[in-house]
Amino acid sequence: MLLLNASGCLDALTAPDVASSLDAYVTKTVTPDPRAGNAPVRIAETEQGMLNAIGLANPGRERFLSTMLPRLRALNVPLWVSVGGFAAHEYAETCAHLDEVTIELNLSCPNVDEAPESAAEIVAACREVTGNPLYAKVSPHSWDMGETVRAVEAAGADGLSMINTLRGVVLDAHLSPTLARGAGGYSGPALKPVALAAVFAARRATSLPIVAMGGVCSGRDALELIACGATHVALGTVLFSDPTAPARIRAELDVEAERAGFARPEDAFAHALGFVARMEN
Amino acid sequence: MSKPRRERLSVLGVDAVGPYALVRVRRGSLDPGVPGQFFMLEAPGRVLPRPMSLCVAPRGELGFLVDPVGPGTIAIASVERGEALHVFGPLGNGFRLDVPRPLLVGGGIGIAPLPYLAEALEQPPAVLGFRSARHAEAAALLPHAEVVVDPVLVTDVLPAGRDVLACGPEPMLAAVRALAPAAQLAWEAPMACGYGACYGCVVEVEGDLKRLCVEGPVLCFS
Repeated sequence: MLLLNASGCLDALTAPDVASSLDAYVTKTVTPDPRAGNAPVRIAETEQGMLNAIGLANPGRERFLSTMLPRLRALNVPLWVSVGGFAAHEYAETCAHLDEVTIELNLSCPNVDEAPESAAEIVAACREVTGNPLYAKVSPHSWDMGETVRAVEAAGADGLSMINTLRGVVLDAHLSPTLARGAGGYSGPALKPVALAAVFAARRATSLPIVAMGGVCSGRDALELIACGATHVALGTVLFSDPTAPARIRAELDVEAERAGFARPEDAFAHALGFVARMEN
Repeated sequence: MSKPRRERLSVLGVDAVGPYALVRVRRGSLDPGVPGQFFMLEAPGRVLPRPMSLCVAPRGELGFLVDPVGPGTIAIASVERGEALHVFGPLGNGFRLDVPRPLLVGGGIGIAPLPYLAEALEQPPAVLGFRSARHAEAAALLPHAEVVVDPVLVTDVLPAGRDVLACGPEPMLAAVRALAPAAQLAWEAPMACGYGACYGCVVEVEGDLKRLCVEGPVLCFS
């Protein structure tokens, strides 16, 4: 079981110590062209989570490859590069330039307009040009998770990441959207049941590795994702409030596994699936 | 620069200062940092911490001036002696202290970093502006300062030929900058993390979006 960060929730070059406390570091999404991101206000807290509308701010593929990637490699943390685009060929062009990293295809950012192709078409285009491990980060808005998972697996994905944020809106005291963009991606503790359901459904459809994330704040949360079929766990919003979360959650995970009757956290893998005879979607 | 640390610190007391709350915690092994740097304070019951610049640093303590205006700041201002808060810092870039003729300028809750800054600069002259007499009670934190209350503005009484170090609302910072282009200005923005992870706190600086927690919160434009 690897403990990673959710893409976009950590800048390893600004906080190398936090990145080093993870088993692998997932970059912010890299797009073909530089993106300044959305205008502020970009974040808003809610009762049980937060919204963000960063908008895939990144220096673009060229500067990422020439400047950032060498500095990231020097950190000696296994690297996952999150790749984004606005058409299948854009994703594939970036993948073709990447070596000795795991690639996570961001197929589900709620803060930009999505590529018109389906997730499976984008995965297929990338599979053609790279032999690197290829993970598909799918949308939690997918109506039929099983179908999505089978489609990206058939297209050549080596693994899945889920869930990305859910689209949400927050209004201020004067009933205007707090975020300049209007809607943003909803993350934090409120997402955990949604993430559990997504992983649960995906695990019933595939035996591929799944990186699970969504509202993990504690070792118990991570254990629940594993019990629903997660192979690896990623931390998102919790890193904002607690940069020491990776070590804490690892320690809690061992204690919680034992409390639930498992010698190791991995032993709880997909445990919850055995108790449900039939679950649609 | 001192390395930021995150610790759970006991609350020593919360003192009312006009409409604001001075939240004092045990210092633990945290470094108070440079005036103008900030700390992320746990807001009990909330998902995200809140960024607060250090206001006072008596031996063994850290003191933060909080304006209880929203759920997070109200939660912080409502802590009681004996409770504990996670505090992470010091973070960001503070004021440069190598200025020959310093003048501190503060507006409203923007007074927050100035007492600690005044101590470091050996009590230079200061001008404070508030929107009401009740808010102006916070000037007790900087006893030697000249105080103006709306409709008089700090820019009405700003002496020339000084190295300005200012903190306050954005319109005040813009007006101060127009009179003193080389001023060091402490900004604020909503932040989720305070350490460069979330990209939520960007402000536009000379046409570019910069993370205030990494590039600031003290910015100088000249």
